[in-house]
Amino acid sequence: MTAAPEPKPAKSGTFRKARATKPGETYGVPGQGDTLLLSLASIAGIILIWWLATTLGWVKPLFLPGPGAVLRKFLDVWQNGFTNTPFLEHIAVSAARVFGAFLLACLIGIPLGLAMGMSPLIRGIFDPPIEFYRPIPPLAYLPLMIIWFGIGETSKVMLIFLSVLAPVALGARAGVKSAAIEQIHAAYSFGATRWQVMRHVILPSALPEILTAMRIGIGFGWTTLVAAEMVAATEGLGYMVLSASQFLQTSTVIMGIIVIAAIAYAFDLLMRFIERKVVPWKGRM
Amino acid sequence: MGLNIRQASVVYPSVDGRPPVEALRQIDLDIENDDFVVALGASGCGKSTLLSLIAGFLSPSSGEILLDGTPVQGPGADRAVVFQKHALLPWLNVIDNVAFGLKLQGIPEARRHDIARGFLNLLGLGEFEKARVYNLSGGMQQRVGIARALTCDPKVLLMDEPLGALDALTREKAQELILNIWHSTHKSVFFITHSVEEALFMGTKLIVMSPRPGRIAHRFDLPFSRQFLAGTPARTVKASREFIALREEVLEIIFSDEEAVA
Repeated sequence: MTAAPEPKPAKSGTFRKARATKPGETYGVPGQGDTLLLSLASIAGIILIWWLATTLGWVKPLFLPGPGAVLRKFLDVWQNGFTNTPFLEHIAVSAARVFGAFLLACLIGIPLGLAMGMSPLIRGIFDPPIEFYRPIPPLAYLPLMIIWFGIGETSKVMLIFLSVLAPVALGARAGVKSAAIEQIHAAYSFGATRWQVMRHVILPSALPEILTAMRIGIGFGWTTLVAAEMVAATEGLGYMVLSASQFLQTSTVIMGIIVIAAIAYAFDLLMRFIERKVVPWKGRM
Repeated sequence: MGLNIRQASVVYPSVDGRPPVEALRQIDLDIENDDFVVALGASGCGKSTLLSLIAGFLSPSSGEILLDGTPVQGPGADRAVVFQKHALLPWLNVIDNVAFGLKLQGIPEARRHDIARGFLNLLGLGEFEKARVYNLSGGMQQRVGIARALTCDPKVLLMDEPLGALDALTREKAQELILNIWHSTHKSVFFITHSVEEALFMGTKLIVMSPRPGRIAHRFDLPFSRQFLAGTPARTVKASREFIALREEVLEIIFSDEEAVA
């Protein structure tokens, strides 16, 4: 009788199987685990490298001012404003443009997307224009917006509106497919009308996708903000960044970028919170 | 009266150059009031097509389906369906799922919750009325689905393998529960299953279907559910000599169909 060869112990550094589970985890779920500490360390690391690169003189302050300088600039603008306009007003104006356009895009895009999902007639009519303009960068049709709507508020809001509309409408359209055919058939077999199925089955089951589409859409909105404020703006975060860049006030540019990112991130957190409250059943059935 | 299917055939038109598929050929079936009709057969024999036909999700290519003498045109609350799974609405809690059909009929909330509560108690779900459906076990979800169909007060209850996803123990309990409810509500039932034992135990009429084309190959009248309702324990019924003899006979029919297909 020959002894069976002993199984070789897995060498450290080779990943033959998934890590053993901790209590409360399921074996083999891809990417599970808490990342908060690592994320905080990552942010701290970036700031540290940034600080080192500037303090040790690797990069000239003209190209990259240090974290301290950006912070001082933030406090300065916070107290004294930028180009004679209070800082909070810049924020308020930009937020009004982005959220106004976002609201408008949701009011039009969500019903339009749902209608496209439900009706071949509406889909046939609106699919070509939306798919045609969707991949065009907003900067490319910015001149058109200005020719058509002037250099006032309308063209700025329209530009952001268009960049949000397509993802929101397409998300709502895809959401229509979320309801299982059994759910739809069950409703019909309890005597539902077509409208009741739409209202009580298809719309609620599309909600998770609609909320995701709104998160993606508002992201596009913030991306388009600076482009929208390129022409004839005298207020707004995008205007602040652009005009500071013309005077090589790099610290104001970086500060503005961080403020835009922070507002967008805060709103995304709010949307995730709403998602958990409104569709706690997402992915559960 | 009741539900009458007359010479109903379903032919799916040809797709991509493949020949048309004859899903059902000349089905004749009567489901009288108080009948519990069970459909059994190898996969692909058209059981689910037949249920869709009765429910109104499909129209027959020829023949007709009459409910109390009126042709069936599309789905309606007189023929509520219980699906195998995936049919509950996760954004509603248990009682609102059960009251869903009543809500569609415009019945006010207090009234429809009263009716729903009655059926929840009947199915032993009384204390779960505020629970989220996705937190329930599979067996409880299925009972919610049955309660929901019953609240619509249908003439015919259509059940498409309602117990297929349940474990063996829960399944036997659910069989007895459905029989008791059928007995107390006097609904007619059309019930699809893959399990021969379940079919024999539950039905008053059994149709054994054969594939290609889907048709009713054999019909049996069954005494076993009445024995159970008269007080004989379920396992005693299922272990009786007649039950086992019929079970083997039906199994043989189905196996020979499966072999003919393979």
